[in-house]
Amino acid sequence: MSESKVKFELVSPERLVLSEELNMVVVPGAEGDFGVLPGHSPMISSVRPGVINTYVDGTITSKIFVAGGFSEVTGSRCTVLAEVALPVDEIDRTLVEAELKECLEEINRNNDPLSQKEAKTNVEIAQAKLKALDSPVYQ
Amino acid sequence: MANLKDLRVRIASVKSTQRITSAMKMVAAAKLRRAQEQAEAARPYAERMERMLGSVAASVSDISSAPKLLAGTGKDEVHLIVVMTTDRGLCGGFNTNIGRWTRQQVNKLTNEGKTVKLLIVGRKGQGILRSEFGEKIIDTIEDTAKPAPLFNTAAEIAKRITSMYENVEFDVCTIVYNRFESALTQIVTPQQLIPFALNTSSDENSETSNQENQSDDIPVSYEYEPEENAILAELLPKNMSIQVFRAMLESFASEQGARMAAMDNATRNAGDLIDQLTINYNRTRQAFITKELIEIISGAEAL
Repeated sequence: MSESKVKFELVSPERLVLSEELNMVVVPGAEGDFGVLPGHSPMISSVRPGVINTYVDGTITSKIFVAGGFSEVTGSRCTVLAEVALPVDEIDRTLVEAELKECLEEINRNNDPLSQKEAKTNVEIAQAKLKALDSPVYQ
Repeated sequence: MANLKDLRVRIASVKSTQRITSAMKMVAAAKLRRAQEQAEAARPYAERMERMLGSVAASVSDISSAPKLLAGTGKDEVHLIVVMTTDRGLCGGFNTNIGRWTRQQVNKLTNEGKTVKLLIVGRKGQGILRSEFGEKIIDTIEDTAKPAPLFNTAAEIAKRITSMYENVEFDVCTIVYNRFESALTQIVTPQQLIPFALNTSSDENSETSNQENQSDDIPVSYEYEPEENAILAELLPKNMSIQVFRAMLESFASEQGARMAAMDNATRNAGDLIDQLTINYNRTRQAFITKELIEIISGAEAL
């Protein structure tokens, strides 16, 4: 069984979000999405804000939004360390839109480079959230 | 014999102390449950982060070009010890234990001719260590866990440590905290933060990572996306915040456990004292009555 499955773990600072045996998992890497199948070559990648899809028997079992982090892949295991992880269904569109607007204003208002950078990151996260809501599901 | 009133007053005062300690015990117990959950929930992340960083660090090809947080300054002269203590007292030997470890460590390092700096988290630690190592304390950070430890606070502390490190104010940084084992036991745990070192002591207690470590012991060379140093530059500061946060959570849970145990003890002691005083009170009262009776009877006989 372990031959055809990947042990996938998604951990956020608050808890172990997901720990499952899967056929495939698609992770939004910093340089493009990548799918992890059993026997994947070892790799460490940073993760950009986006959606992690987990597949069992060809169907998506869960879609989880992560706001960036890191992932470690070995042949039998895929670990994602995410700062924020929440299921896509739990994203509240109006809330995110308000957040996005606020962050964009913040960028215009604030000249301090450090807080600008922070606001820009927040904008990226919010945009990724909206994109996650809009993107169609490929089965 | 006329101290009946004194006894009554003492019993009343011990009773009210007991009420306070038992209330504090309840409060600590309630907080403990939440704090314990939080601390235990944060462990997987911190452990996996360490493991990931450990495997990256092990496969770094050129240590000299690696970020300084990983490689170290190449010296071992100035040590910074971050001491996690509580803001409030009445938690048994919690702060004393941390204080004792720190004292030993500072003396040991000083004897080896090294400079030690102390960064103290929590008001109580300052009280314990100020008299002895006053000039070594560079700062005290207070109110970190009000009402509960927050990640932002940990990130600020980590940022501060990192910027001190970048200004070459120290070479090695160790954080020491009480690791939450159970409500009754806390283990003083030192952990080296800079330069990064895989902490073995914390791993032996966690059954999951132990099993996995065994199966993963085969050295693997990773592909990096983006390149190695970019990942390290992101991963190392993050790891710092996470480890500080983990220490804060563990320390907070331990504090509640220690306080609960201490207050439980105090409540029990107060109960014992009340029993003792009540016996005394009753005996005295009886003796007093007997004496009065004898006086009446002997008075009647004399007639």
